[in-house]
Amino acid sequence: MNRLSPRRIGLALAAPVLALLVAFVITSLVLTLFGDPVLEVWKTILHVPKPRQTVQIVNAATVFYLSAVAVAVGFRMNLFNIGVDGQYRVGVFAAAVFAGQAWLPGVFNVLVAIVVAMVAAGLWAGIAAYLKVRRGVSEVISTIMLNAIATGVVSWLFAKVAQRSEGSNITETKTIPESSQLEGLKLIPGATNRVFTLVVLAVIVGVLYWFVLGKTRFGFDLRATGRSETAAVASGVNVPRMVMTAMVASGALAGLVGMPQLFGQDHNYGTTIQSGLGFAGIGIALLGRNNPIGIAVASLLWAFLDIQSNALQIGVGVAQEIVFIIQGVILFAVVIAYELIRRTDIRLEQQRVARELAAQRHSTAATEGAPA
Amino acid sequence: MRHTMKVAAVVSVAALTLAACGDSGSDKPSSSGSSSSSSSSKKSDIKVGMAYDVGGRGDQSFNDSAAAGLDKAKSELGVQIKEAAAVNGENEAAREERLQQLIDAGYTHVVAVGFAYAASVGKAAKDNPDVHFAIVDDASPDSKGANVDQITFAENEGSFLVGAAAALKSKAGHIGFVGGVNVPLIKKFEAGYIAGAKAVNPNIKVDSQYLTQPPDFGGFGDPAKGKTAAEGMYQGGADIVYHAAGGSGGGVFTAAKAAGKLAIGVDSDQALTAPADVRPVIMTSMIKKVDVAVYDFIKSAADGKELTGNNVYDLKAGGVDYATTGGQVDDIKTKLDDYKQQIIDGKIKVPTTP
Repeated sequence: MNRLSPRRIGLALAAPVLALLVAFVITSLVLTLFGDPVLEVWKTILHVPKPRQTVQIVNAATVFYLSAVAVAVGFRMNLFNIGVDGQYRVGVFAAAVFAGQAWLPGVFNVLVAIVVAMVAAGLWAGIAAYLKVRRGVSEVISTIMLNAIATGVVSWLFAKVAQRSEGSNITETKTIPESSQLEGLKLIPGATNRVFTLVVLAVIVGVLYWFVLGKTRFGFDLRATGRSETAAVASGVNVPRMVMTAMVASGALAGLVGMPQLFGQDHNYGTTIQSGLGFAGIGIALLGRNNPIGIAVASLLWAFLDIQSNALQIGVGVAQEIVFIIQGVILFAVVIAYELIRRTDIRLEQQRVARELAAQRHSTAATEGAPA
Repeated sequence: MRHTMKVAAVVSVAALTLAACGDSGSDKPSSSGSSSSSSSSKKSDIKVGMAYDVGGRGDQSFNDSAAAGLDKAKSELGVQIKEAAAVNGENEAAREERLQQLIDAGYTHVVAVGFAYAASVGKAAKDNPDVHFAIVDDASPDSKGANVDQITFAENEGSFLVGAAAALKSKAGHIGFVGGVNVPLIKKFEAGYIAGAKAVNPNIKVDSQYLTQPPDFGGFGDPAKGKTAAEGMYQGGADIVYHAAGGSGGGVFTAAKAAGKLAIGVDSDQALTAPADVRPVIMTSMIKKVDVAVYDFIKSAADGKELTGNNVYDLKAGGVDYATTGGQVDDIKTKLDDYKQQIIDGKIKVPTTP
């Protein structure tokens, strides 16, 4: 069966569209139930974003994309890395402390700090990988635990290096030198704010993800292990080594999640840093079906909903947490829809084969039965 | 593979649900932020936009205190108001956007409640020189500007008084402190509380616990966590627990009631604002008069004298105090007022870090 047949494409698109529709209906019901202005809410969420908000959407999507790809690398191998959130915090903290020291000038500081983040987050994920390979501990359990431990460890280290300016109640690490702060790109005309320079990072990661997983021997082994471990072993794949590599790679990518904001916005690690990015990544990877383009679309959708909802409280008087309902329903609906469509696909395939077989039998029967 | 996907879906939906639960107050969609129209008889051309911290209006504590000041300004000065609350775990861009949206909607005075807004207020103030800002709990260079009123409080001084009250009232010689999030601001409460308790009884035992570590600010809106922490302290022998944990304080009161012990409220006079069934256990509250500061900012604007610079609300200025509602501290009132006078006179210097 050709992967790109019209039927396949139609079915692949049907699931997300269906999920969006279901989310739309359920959210509308919830809004009606609480007596909120349904029409106004949708108008606000679906309005055309201002240039300033478009920049914010692109920036938020950049961060979501990195997080989702980190999760997706694990998914492709049937590894469920819930620890992206913890790995992200370990990575961004390490990078912030390193870059704050200003040991290197300008861009070198940025590049090496990115490597530091990847190494720190990768090592943190390595703990879960080691536990799985050597002790058979489920990575689901160990990464959840490691998230909590990451919070504790980072807070403890943070308390040692944190400083606070006079009169402020915010503590933060040393601010990175101005020469290493990335001003951003003027991609959106008419916007006063700028797109994170490290949007480049997301593009590079996306291309590498597509290439390594789709076009290399390593990627094949990884996907094979994900589909069937026994088959992979039989074809000579060293499964424990693959688990180790995939988990550490997933962690290293998680280390990148905090980089665009660190160098483009916050310039230090402080008490007001964004949390929960790793969990958003899980949902987005699901929605994007682990496909580099799919994840990009899903990230943009997530970012769009997040940013557009900022206007809800002020414009309509509805809590912007309504977006969590929309996002949650989309996720549930999309998983159910994928399953339904998988079954439909199988049924259609069976019917096609049955039809062809019947036709074949009919034609052979016809030739056999023909009078000589 | 498919199994993993299902587990993944459940986990990420659960995460979203938790995120939605994390910030109480604003998850009552029908009630929040709906007070846009001004029905007052008096009209003012001042439009006040209020950006709350996590928890928003309805946290019965810090945000509600700010809301009280806003409500007073609305009814007495006839200003138009608009409210919006922060979402737990949001990033800097989201805070900037909230302020900018208020400005875009034509609000001439913007009040940012909470130190998390420091950088975003500084930026918005620079970008919008015609708009006036107030920020609560920050006096850093980040938010400094000719059009910014930096409101700070001497929480350590108010906490000193309730610490002294706790030590005077404690029979066990053992009290507790529950902090919402482990940040310098809340440590200021803890420092004053301990200093006040030790001033009365140098041998007193004080348990301290923080509910969450930054960047998780959920500790300001999680009553279950507050309850667990307070239960542990009461079981360990403490008989009075002071909380500086915003919305989580409700759990501290529930625990106090269940244990038959006492608790001390924070920010608002919680013997008036907490649910009726737990009010009797609230011995006193450390009142942080955010409402007065917010009202001052709007009133001055209405009088044509915009407040700028750092305005410190300490004991001397009446910015912090202890509450006497319920009459449980009436017998020690003279002693507390004596401490109060000593602090005002500078005879007692209250530390800001524990």
